[in-house]
Amino acid sequence: MSEKIEAKILPAGETCMFVDFGEKIDMKINGYVQALKKALSENPFEGLRELVPTYRSLSIYFDPLVIDLNALRSRLYDEVEKLSENTEKAGSIEIHVPVFFGGEFGPDLQDVCEHTKLSEDEVINRYCNSELYCFMNGFTPGFPYLGGMDKSLETPRLKNPREFIPSNSVAIGGAQAGAYSIASPGGWRIIGRVPYDLYDPEREPSVAIQAGMWVCFYPVDMKRYKEIEAGIKSGEYKIEYKQRGAEK
Amino acid sequence: MKLIIENPGSLTTVQDLGRWGSQALGMPVSGAMDCGALIRGNILLNNPDNSAALEITMTGPAVKFSGEGAIAITGADLQPELNGKKIENWKVFEIKTGDILTFKGISNPPRGLRSYLCVSGGIDVPVIMGSRSTYIKAKTGGFKGRKLMKGDELQTGPESNYKAGKICPENLRPDYSNAPLRTISGPQDDYIKPEGIKTFFETEYKLSPSSDRMGSRFESEIKIEHVKGADIISDAIPLGAVQIPGNGLPIVMMADRQTTGGYVKIGVVHSLDIARLSQFLPGSPVRFTKITQEEGIELSKLEAEKIKLLRNEVSKSENITGAMNITVNGKKYYVTWGKIE
Repeated sequence: MSEKIEAKILPAGETCMFVDFGEKIDMKINGYVQALKKALSENPFEGLRELVPTYRSLSIYFDPLVIDLNALRSRLYDEVEKLSENTEKAGSIEIHVPVFFGGEFGPDLQDVCEHTKLSEDEVINRYCNSELYCFMNGFTPGFPYLGGMDKSLETPRLKNPREFIPSNSVAIGGAQAGAYSIASPGGWRIIGRVPYDLYDPEREPSVAIQAGMWVCFYPVDMKRYKEIEAGIKSGEYKIEYKQRGAEK
Repeated sequence: MKLIIENPGSLTTVQDLGRWGSQALGMPVSGAMDCGALIRGNILLNNPDNSAALEITMTGPAVKFSGEGAIAITGADLQPELNGKKIENWKVFEIKTGDILTFKGISNPPRGLRSYLCVSGGIDVPVIMGSRSTYIKAKTGGFKGRKLMKGDELQTGPESNYKAGKICPENLRPDYSNAPLRTISGPQDDYIKPEGIKTFFETEYKLSPSSDRMGSRFESEIKIEHVKGADIISDAIPLGAVQIPGNGLPIVMMADRQTTGGYVKIGVVHSLDIARLSQFLPGSPVRFTKITQEEGIELSKLEAEKIKLLRNEVSKSENITGAMNITVNGKKYYVTWGKIE
């Protein structure tokens, strides 16, 4: 028999409800989120505006003039009851992403070293060898939220978020890894930069790292960084997508 | 009709009611900061509610028109002038080739920060992911993904069936009072210490000058304390979400908010009060007051009622010459009358 799924249904303003499966970065919890999203998209209620899946909760945006709050709550409880243990399967695509770590591209690398008591090389090494999985895109267009980072690298976010972070900055935010796909404010620790645009509305795919992909960062020196930067413009460098498990 | 931007003003962008439906990819909603003002302008002009307009911030642009059509300016009073003559907000004015619209800027005393220049037919820019709204940070939507610059030329869509002189009566305009911002608790109010919740609802904050279309920041000496830190595993950020980062000061998330984020959310400000907040000048005193989700929905229904009344008002027959609110046995009625002969 399958165990009972615990979920909280929480108010998030007059037009939004969260169904929260627990505050964890966990493939199983994310699977529930995806399964609930699927159930509601396949059989939407009148007044459903938009579904936004995250690591651990599904946000349901609705039109309060169309659906009654009690009706919505009971529909959500029903759907949670019906969720089986079958979670959505993890993806099979792996993206290999070059990063120049430290220096002016990684102004917080030193802070991460101090907090984790690890050397720069060791932080880079553990970051690149983490089994990173893209649980969701969010924050800004194409920002990948990556779970699976080596626990020894956990570093809290900045107390005062920065008002400007350059695009394509690779970062650590608490237990999560991620990359700023466009320039924006933010509070994550910046440790390096990718030589190409993670979000480019003119490119197909516009979002390089997408939910459901496995992500392998690898370090490059400034010479290689510049080569890739030039190569992406000339079309010689292609974003490195591979089948997971294929030879590297 | 065509709009030629002779002077862009400090921040003028094309906005509609927002880019809904792509938040799962991380695409913010954007759209007008004061949606109530935009909708009313569109209704006055007989446009579809979601037609795009120019959102004008603080100092207005100078716009030269080519072709015939009509405009209605709603939201803040930035002292608009048509061909050098003062014109009112909330009213339809006819436009002909060569007309020039200018703004003297924020009034004294101030009556808001953001105006909407609505045009008959709406501003016609490409629809990206279902919306014409500008999201500057990702250079997406609007006019070339950016704020307007000198020399830009914007086309309007197919002319609407407008009527010059139509007015949005005062009682059907948005509320621009400085009453406390009505806030629904959750989803993470239990991550804040009880004293912190008290602080949030009892403090008079000052709106920080670093506020923008993404978020409104607040200043105060008193910090809100978390139960176990400000960070959460990231989840979604609805319009009006009140984040409490590590410094203990609230940030209210506005139109260009990120789709998800990792700070504790103590509550969500009602969308009507987000529109109101978007009109406050930096330095304004701001308070928050608690309402339930049910009460929030009642407020949305009242707004829908007002919008419906305005729609009737605009489409009503011409012989109606007056209107007023009366109260009979505690119930409010909106009464109109007209000359029979």
